[in-house]
Amino acid sequence: MSSATLPAASETQSMTGAEIVLRALKEQGVEVIFGYPGGAVLPIYDAIFNQNAIRHILVRHEQAAVHAAEGYARSTGKVGCVLVTSGPGATNAVTGLVDALLDSIPIVCLTGQVPTHLIGNDAFQEADTTGITRPATKHNYLVKQMDKLASTVHEAFYVARSGRPGPVVIDLPKDILIGKGQYTPPPSQEHRSYRPQTEPDAVQIRKAVRLLKEAKRPVVYAGGGVINAGPEASALLTKFVRMAGLPCTNTLMGLGAYPSSDPQFLGMLGMHGTVEANLAMHGCDVMFNIGARFDDRVTGRLNAFAPNSVKIHADIDPSSINKNVKVEVPIVGDAAAVLRALIAAWDADEAKQDRPSLAEWWRQIDEWRGKNCLAYVQDSKIIKPQHAVKRLYELTKESGRETFITTEVGQHQMWAAQYFGFEKPNRWMTSGGLGTMGYGLPAAMGVQVAHPDALVIDIAGEASILMNIQEMSTVAQYRLPVKVFILNNQYMGMVRQWQELLHGGRYSESYSEALPDFVKLAESFHGVGMRAESTDDLDRVIREMIAIDRPVIVDVAVDEKENVFPMIPSGAAHNEMLLAPGQIAAGAGVTDEGTALV
Amino acid sequence: MPDPTDNSFRAATIAVLVENESGVLARVIGLFSGRGYNIDSLTVAPVDAEGKLSRITVVTSGTEMVIEQIKAQLDRLVPVHKVADLTLEGPHLNRELALIKVAGSGSARQEALRLADAFRARVVDATTESFVFEMTGSGEKLDAFINLMRPIGLVEVSRTGVVSIARGTKAL
Repeated sequence: MSSATLPAASETQSMTGAEIVLRALKEQGVEVIFGYPGGAVLPIYDAIFNQNAIRHILVRHEQAAVHAAEGYARSTGKVGCVLVTSGPGATNAVTGLVDALLDSIPIVCLTGQVPTHLIGNDAFQEADTTGITRPATKHNYLVKQMDKLASTVHEAFYVARSGRPGPVVIDLPKDILIGKGQYTPPPSQEHRSYRPQTEPDAVQIRKAVRLLKEAKRPVVYAGGGVINAGPEASALLTKFVRMAGLPCTNTLMGLGAYPSSDPQFLGMLGMHGTVEANLAMHGCDVMFNIGARFDDRVTGRLNAFAPNSVKIHADIDPSSINKNVKVEVPIVGDAAAVLRALIAAWDADEAKQDRPSLAEWWRQIDEWRGKNCLAYVQDSKIIKPQHAVKRLYELTKESGRETFITTEVGQHQMWAAQYFGFEKPNRWMTSGGLGTMGYGLPAAMGVQVAHPDALVIDIAGEASILMNIQEMSTVAQYRLPVKVFILNNQYMGMVRQWQELLHGGRYSESYSEALPDFVKLAESFHGVGMRAESTDDLDRVIREMIAIDRPVIVDVAVDEKENVFPMIPSGAAHNEMLLAPGQIAAGAGVTDEGTALV
Repeated sequence: MPDPTDNSFRAATIAVLVENESGVLARVIGLFSGRGYNIDSLTVAPVDAEGKLSRITVVTSGTEMVIEQIKAQLDRLVPVHKVADLTLEGPHLNRELALIKVAGSGSARQEALRLADAFRARVVDATTESFVFEMTGSGEKLDAFINLMRPIGLVEVSRTGVVSIARGTKAL
């Protein structure tokens, strides 16, 4: 480099690696970091101390830092940012990283590392972070040269948010953070090798349009990819589904992509999906999958999945196409771009829809709807968990507050998905792919940080909530008025349900023994605790919870024997659903092969 | 285009052009082991120092759907520039190099030399009791020669694994 192109001495010499990192984060639009300090990242904490542009939220466990960043990312559409130390800091973050990987959530996680000269020496708090997180991330980096530092941070954000989003780790040795170097702005040219396709192929779009127009029994199956493509994609999905008059179902990850109150919405599909959604999938002749990945929780037994259908699959990740299910019309592209192209091509295509067949299909769907598969009987003072979620939904709607829901994992999660309606995207945060108990409370923290005035509720189970209960302390410190709504059935309910249905009722280790007093627990963490023992208490407690501008734990004692229905047992097909007792079961029960599945 | 509904296994030689950076081979290998794909052979070496590119050749096998999946999974790794299924794309050359140590004396020694000559293996090291042959060719040819050397006094084999390139003017 000639001296003429060298920046001023103050530019080159005055910045430490830690300052470079913070400047790059700021330039990437980071407003909040969720983190936990430790020896290897102290230089970054020093740099944080000396600035006001980026806020740091101190969590109580690194796993929670990642989940909080996920909640932040999923409710805003931005990249979530995490900062943890080397060794245990990084290994604690791994669960969160895999969670973000499976649910395609954009996260950049900075991990401290021992100084470069000690790497490989089993130094104190050393772990092979890039080795450990390689299969846990979309991509990861170990920065060993000062001149790569700023460009690596910029690249990490590009990778995290581009294509199918995901978590990215940057491992930062302490000597790099302390050393002096030069900041470089984000590159103006394209990435050398990673350039995902976002615009769909026009020929494939025309094929899809023709198939959907001529379909007699079409169905739209929309997933988290639509949410990830931004709110515009959800609006386009709604527009397309309405203009074409198609039935639409959402995956667990896709809830909110299509308004739940719309008459064309069939509810969620899959293992605990509605009868109408699953039977529409089973009986369709043309399926349009957008932004979903034919997950095993959705397809059931593969050789019986939508057996007489032609399938169109639009996904931004080519590796999701033809992975589990062979499709006839693959479309690679961003969900919003695909829907935009589809709407344009729909108008341009001269073929007419088969209206009489479509009307007949809707008549059939309405008949399935008539089974009212989510009906439950609230016939005593003992609160049914479904009723608790339904009242929570109705009373939050009544409050008029902007509401965000997170969940833990298990029965309560499924009831939340079934009975809480979502009209808009980015309002529903749940651990879909990894199924991480302990996700909901930290995720709710992240949502509340991003939306300080909104009503943020973690619908929880009494077992899951204990997995990251320490975050009540974070919630208290930052005065985040997060609400924890526990459906307390004193069991790991989903485990108990499977033991009941698949393991002869041998409830091995699934009883929630020695539970804390959640009211006192809330109080000990400077929050408000409430308990609903019977249906008489429920509405009052929910109303109070909504009104209180502080962290609240509501402990709702629910019927401990209640199971989640409908249910497609593992290894069964969509038309082999188990319905609630008292409803006519279409089920063939669980096969031996099914028992071996999860 | 291959028929995606075909469930029979086929072999595939896949060429992968990658960024020459630390960890890239681990990503590729981790992908294969993590997702349960076969690796029959894998080679890697830098091929473009200026462009900082390395070329990986993987020989694998699976159903059409699995091989498509392998290519798609490789292609979405961030440091991967290009992925090509040479088996599918047309005529291509597969070559492997082996160093083969054979020990013996008398007629065995002469027999080894005669066979080496027939197989166009070169003698690259010799003592009064041993030879090291260098041989290049398809895997099958190498296998055939090595099997012939076994009763004669095969001591040790070192093989590179397959490298592959398309015939004609076409490049990756």
